[in-house]
Amino acid sequence: MKKIVLVGNPNVGKSVVFSHLTGSKVMISNYSGTTVEFTRGQLKIGEDSYAVLDAPGTYSLTPSSKVEEVAADMVDQADVVINVVDATNLERNLLLTSEVLERDVPVIIALNMIDEAGHKGVKIDVEKLEELLGVPVITTVAVSGEGLKKLVDALPKAVNRKKEPLEVADRWAYVGSVVSEVQTIIHRHHTWLESLQDASLRPLTGIPIVAIVLYLAFQLVIGVGEMIAGFLEEYLFGGLYGPLMNRLSEWLGSGGFLHDILIGRLFDGAIEFEESLGVLTTGVFVEFGVVLPFLTVFYLVLGFLEDSGYLPRLAVMADRVMHRVGLHGYSIIPMVLGFGCNVPAVLAARNLESRRERFIVCTLTSVAVPCMAQLAMIVGLVGRLGGAYLAVVFATLFFIWIVLGLIIDRFMPGYTPSMVVEIPPYRIPSLRAQLKKLGMRVKGLIVHATPYILGGILLVNILYTSGIVDYLGVIFKPLIQGVLGLPGEAVSTLLIGFLRKDVAVAMLVPLGLNARQFVIGAVVLAAYFPCAATFAVLLRELGLRDMFKSAIIMVLTAFSAGFMLNMLLDTVVPAPYMAAGLVVVAIILAFVVGSTSDRRELEDLDKTA
Amino acid sequence: MKLSLVDMKPGQNGVIEKVMGGPGFAAKLGHIGLHRGKRIKKLSSIFRRGPVTVCIDNFQVAIGYGKAMRIMVEVDDGEENSTGR
Ligand SMILES: Nc1nc2c(ncn2[C@@H]2O[C@H](COP(=O)(O)OP(=O)(O)OP(=O)(O)O)[C@@H](O)[C@H]2O)c(=O)[nH]1
Ligand SMILES: [Mg+2]
Repeated sequence: MKKIVLVGNPNVGKSVVFSHLTGSKVMISNYSGTTVEFTRGQLKIGEDSYAVLDAPGTYSLTPSSKVEEVAADMVDQADVVINVVDATNLERNLLLTSEVLERDVPVIIALNMIDEAGHKGVKIDVEKLEELLGVPVITTVAVSGEGLKKLVDALPKAVNRKKEPLEVADRWAYVGSVVSEVQTIIHRHHTWLESLQDASLRPLTGIPIVAIVLYLAFQLVIGVGEMIAGFLEEYLFGGLYGPLMNRLSEWLGSGGFLHDILIGRLFDGAIEFEESLGVLTTGVFVEFGVVLPFLTVFYLVLGFLEDSGYLPRLAVMADRVMHRVGLHGYSIIPMVLGFGCNVPAVLAARNLESRRERFIVCTLTSVAVPCMAQLAMIVGLVGRLGGAYLAVVFATLFFIWIVLGLIIDRFMPGYTPSMVVEIPPYRIPSLRAQLKKLGMRVKGLIVHATPYILGGILLVNILYTSGIVDYLGVIFKPLIQGVLGLPGEAVSTLLIGFLRKDVAVAMLVPLGLNARQFVIGAVVLAAYFPCAATFAVLLRELGLRDMFKSAIIMVLTAFSAGFMLNMLLDTVVPAPYMAAGLVVVAIILAFVVGSTSDRRELEDLDKTA
Repeated sequence: MKLSLVDMKPGQNGVIEKVMGGPGFAAKLGHIGLHRGKRIKKLSSIFRRGPVTVCIDNFQVAIGYGKAMRIMVEVDDGEENSTGR
């Protein structure tokens, strides 16, 4: 089958074009680096079908990151290249076009975002551009589908120029001359969106904006999430599903093997959705009653942040902080994604230039960025012990994030070079695109998580009834009880945590822990190891050696943090002080220790200067 | 007057004069559209040692401190006086 490859700079609309051409659903966001792997789809033209490949964005065919390599390789395999060009940034985009035209492949150009170019006062003489480049140029507005039919019709007219390769300086001169011939710019006034754009990059206005955005995001996710979860618990589970399960429980004879698996334990003859640990009771409740509501709200908020174009601005404002943990600002994007699910976070780390950065991002995310599924359970279960205990959990994770980051930055050789990233314009997210993306993500959750959650619960029952938990509980007692101050039985939660963290947190409930023990359990579960799905991608992305190192760090960190809490929390320091103390100490440490990466980069600069 | 991006003031315009550091670094900046002879406007610095944001043509780029120090700009004459130096 013939291959059509979409090539272009980051964030020019390749994925939007791709989803229109093939009808497949892919992630689309307003920042560079949304697509990290190539995606394949099919396009039928008359009788023929073609494979269409959506490549990650790249600035050049001489790649500088793992993601750009993928794109460059794909050009070589293409039968036809559709070069998607952002009309608002003609000069920069044509640098890549000039490289593509030197390859031995037919090329056609989709001059995209022509709507935005109009608003920005950029006028392009398309016929002239076609003539100068020697390949067809079709104007498109990918988001509305405008021009895409013409693009498909023009595919057979793609031309293979195979031009002589240019020297770097000549390339700029060539592109410069093309642009000056085809582009006219009419000056116009700043729009309010553009003023807001500048304001969010200035420290004086940018910092308050960060604070407001993060505060609103947090309030929305926690507040609305809790509201929906509460509503579901009361009406759906209390009023409808609960009675149904009670009937089923009676019908199964209130006991026996099948009852234990499906319904689980009864408390005073009644089902407790949080503690019964049956597949149909706790399993269904955890997934649909707790995780799903929180995750839906989270993804709504995330979708808005992604599509408006705020995330790269957050990255700029966070750059100084990120340098302390051996990263630069843009690494905050994988971490933000990590709060939804660690899997896409690990994949997004591919955009980062060096192995060092990828290692740090993956390790810190696995340890200190709990996914929403787990957070939902923590908020629900720890929250009811009191806000102070919830604060201790968050503060401990923040403390771990900073301190572990400082340590890795100090002891891992090399440094993380500072960032060079494009900041996209603000765009007003379209409701339709938002809902589509939300639907994709929620469906992804249901499809991928259901087998793990239900399987996890099933496994819990097997572990308990077979006596394996009692056995392991005795063996690991010195570690679990000695170091963490938890009952030996808690080893079962650590086992299930490999599968699903949300189920593991739920399993803390039947252990009958006191508040401090619950906090320790939640923190250790968050930090000690990634869940199976994340582990699989980590292994692929980091390789065996680095994964092994990362895993050792995770386990050591989790148990150290658990030990620290076991020693201090409530026995020496009351919860509210503990939370505040951890945050303050982490910030002071970050200031005092500083960024080793920064020092090394400057030393390196002195050497080359 | 020649200044590094870090030393330029927000709002100042100029032309990129030189990119110090290895050839790889200059090439990478070139790919993203920042090359010698390009007109550039500084938007902001995020604190003393934070990233610098600039505007070129129609797009904005954020450049970390370590790298911004290596980009030398010939600042427009008129601008210099108007900002009171
Ligand atoms: N106004 C306008 N916006 C567009 C158009 N095409 C795409 N966009 C927006 O541009 C942003 C980037 O779109 P994507 O399809 O994710 O870009 P991409 O080229 O795949 O980006 P990477 O995968 O990061 O390289 C999204 O916010 C789109 O909604 C267009 O023709 N007009
Ligand atoms: Mg894409």
